[in-house]
Amino acid sequence: MIAGVFAGVSTRARILVAALAVVLLAAPLVLDRYLLSVLILVCLAAYTGQAWNVLLGFAGLLSLGHALYLGLGAYISAALYVHYGIGPWLSVFPAIAACILVATLLGWLAFRFRIEGVYFALLTIAFAEVARVGFDHIAFTGGAGGFFLPVRSEDQGQWWNLRGGPTFFYYLALLLAGNALLLCALLRRSRIGHRWLAVREDPEAARALGIDVNRARMSALLLSAAMTGIAGVFQAFYANNLFPSQIFDISRSIDIILAPIIGGVGTLFGPILGAFVLAPLGEVLISATGAVGLNAPGTKALFFGLFLMAIIAGVPSGLWPRLAGVLRLRSAPDDHALSHRRDEALPRSCRGGRCFAERRSWFDLRGDRSKRRR
Amino acid sequence: MIGPNGAGKTTLFNLIAGVFATDAGTITFADERIDRASPEHICQLGVARTFQIVRPFPELTVIENAAIGGMLRAPDMDEAYARAGEILRRLDLWDKRARKAHELTLPDRKRLEVARALATRPNLLLLDEVMAGLRPTETDRILEILRTLNREEHITIVMIEHVMRAVMALATRVHVLHHGATIAEGTPAEVTRDPRVIESYLGAEDFA
Amino acid sequence: MTLSLYAEVLIQGVLTGLVYGLMALGLSVIFGVVRVVNFAHGEFAVLAMYATFVLFTATHLDPILAAIPIAALFFVIGWLLQRLVVQPFVVRPQHDQFILLVGLAIVLVNALLMIFGPDSRHTDLPYAYDSWFVGPIIVDKVRAYGAAAALAVAAALFAFFRFTLTGTAIRACADNLTGAAVVGLDIKKLYALTFGLGLACAGAAGAIMVALTDVTPMLAPSFTLLAFTIVIVGGLGSMTGALLGGLLIGVVEALASAIIAPSMKSMVSFALLVAVLALRPQGLLGKPAT
Repeated sequence: MIAGVFAGVSTRARILVAALAVVLLAAPLVLDRYLLSVLILVCLAAYTGQAWNVLLGFAGLLSLGHALYLGLGAYISAALYVHYGIGPWLSVFPAIAACILVATLLGWLAFRFRIEGVYFALLTIAFAEVARVGFDHIAFTGGAGGFFLPVRSEDQGQWWNLRGGPTFFYYLALLLAGNALLLCALLRRSRIGHRWLAVREDPEAARALGIDVNRARMSALLLSAAMTGIAGVFQAFYANNLFPSQIFDISRSIDIILAPIIGGVGTLFGPILGAFVLAPLGEVLISATGAVGLNAPGTKALFFGLFLMAIIAGVPSGLWPRLAGVLRLRSAPDDHALSHRRDEALPRSCRGGRCFAERRSWFDLRGDRSKRRR
Repeated sequence: MIGPNGAGKTTLFNLIAGVFATDAGTITFADERIDRASPEHICQLGVARTFQIVRPFPELTVIENAAIGGMLRAPDMDEAYARAGEILRRLDLWDKRARKAHELTLPDRKRLEVARALATRPNLLLLDEVMAGLRPTETDRILEILRTLNREEHITIVMIEHVMRAVMALATRVHVLHHGATIAEGTPAEVTRDPRVIESYLGAEDFA
Repeated sequence: MTLSLYAEVLIQGVLTGLVYGLMALGLSVIFGVVRVVNFAHGEFAVLAMYATFVLFTATHLDPILAAIPIAALFFVIGWLLQRLVVQPFVVRPQHDQFILLVGLAIVLVNALLMIFGPDSRHTDLPYAYDSWFVGPIIVDKVRAYGAAAALAVAAALFAFFRFTLTGTAIRACADNLTGAAVVGLDIKKLYALTFGLGLACAGAAGAIMVALTDVTPMLAPSFTLLAFTIVIVGGLGSMTGALLGGLLIGVVEALASAIIAPSMKSMVSFALLVAVLALRPQGLLGKPAT
């Protein structure tokens, strides 16, 4: 089955992936502590980006509140460790369960009441905000003042409690990112993956082909939430401190979406490429602006914002499809991005690759069509 | 099913396919009431439909489009793709199978829509103005395919059509809808001679 | 809590809510006509707050009076933004628009952060602590003036849409875009105008808010969310709805702040948002999907 994943991939691509894998595996041998920590963040960004991508790139739902699951996963695993001594390899399960529970609630609200598009995005923001304010008041996890995991030198090496050095965390992050990639590649070819794509492209047409759109969306949401929850567990044990205002904040949610959007939503390698582009870009920006004297907080974020705007305006399907084209990697089914072609030849109603009768009006709050819809 | 614009033909299709809810009355298919069923359940029962303005999955390839249709009754994805390939060959789309749906011309997109619906192995196929915008040669080709499907695979086909060539050539029975009601019913020959039908198409009050 | 205290909280909520409503009105107009999701709306309001603050520091121009020049400035900004940046995105998928404006919001917030720093800035107004005594109830003059100004701007906007030809043309665009184009309306120009008006509202609201609260860049995301909440609760496509929604949210937040805890007020708003999205998505005064 694993071999099947790479069936449609050209030799060129296989070599590149293998080379990348080797480089990444050997990284700790050559890189210093600082660069390794940057790579850890890159891998984590690639992982969470992949998780978020499942929801938008596969099922077509935009979530701007994904930090919710990050925070839930982090807080639950941290609380279980600090208060009951339960290790993260165990507590990841209740963490995932919590994320799935909350996502089920969100999904039920959205799908039962047909909240789609930007309203769904707002709903996700609302949920994250509720968590942010809520956790400020939960004394059990430190409230607004923060929650701290004990870092004792005698614990070093306890891999079962995720106590280790940068190399340890790096390989763990790499493992997560690699598994996410594999999972998404497998899913892409599976029945559920095809259902998701159909739902993303055109929910009505998908229904007419026997696909239960709500069920498909719910499963994408739950998977995305669970995966992000795992990232939260990592985050808790890596950073060793948690603040509701940081981990549930909308800026965190936006951080999550930067890499996949820049790399290419809906593609397999987009989130990874995006993560690899953003990290060095960030570092370069910091040193460049530092040299010029622009050291104010927010400089990096400002440039990322500009970069995001530039990408969505100029290269909306992301950098990965461009790169894949340049490297002449065969356009395998992995390279699907949300459509952004200039379809001059098609009638106006088909612009943007969507051949719908008319552009959906904002007034159609109930997502799909009007009339006496059930 | 024929009738002037606004007669309710596509609405009827939407009712059958479960997109609209009925205000009154029932719809039965294969001894099961479907007026309360969801569109996906109705498809699972064996009803497939095309849309008046075609909506293939734009960013997916032709064969992926068809395979998603084929997924319904296939035990696994390989089977689904096999079924898709078979249908595409039938509908002369095999050569274009790796192209993305939005790259196709309109006649090809129409055929893809039909292919995708067929891949679900329906018992009832609802075709909404599939001939519109096609050249006579293309119309003939589709007619040929539909005739074969009906004969060999025993698929019941209900077509909404304005292209009278297709109606006369293909239909065994014709319903004429006007202002939401059936005003005539019969063989193509009978119906086209019916004065009420002629009046509904040419009558003064039908400029709405 | 005594009855008079409740009344005070209520009045405070109404008055503040009217200013929020003005901001939301801008969003509703943009959302309803240009059909673009202005996720940077709150950020523009805060930008206006800083502009007003700078103006005040330099010229001691009262923030509430400054609403007029600031609104004019932001009208131009909105017009230019629509023409130069947003127009190509009008036909793009929703997600693209959203992301573009999220990017813009990030840029704005962090620019403000870089220039002014995270600390909040306070404006000292001579009448900041004056109040009227209506029986046992205390009404802050600042809030009353602010609310009055907000109402005035809203009224001007209403009058524009109701009584001028251009206003009617814009309403036509919102109603039926194809029809509007077919009768020869210059859609691009009208869009730019509308965006300008929308940001002018945000600008005016921001200016007024300088008199009511301290300025910090961190207000921006919560203002955006607030604006969206109000628009959805009040009803998409309804200007009265935006104001009414603002009033409602203002009151709800004031009450929640007084009865539960100040930090919980946004949770109550969100609960309302979720309830509305689920149960009555067209909001209080919006048109149901036909």
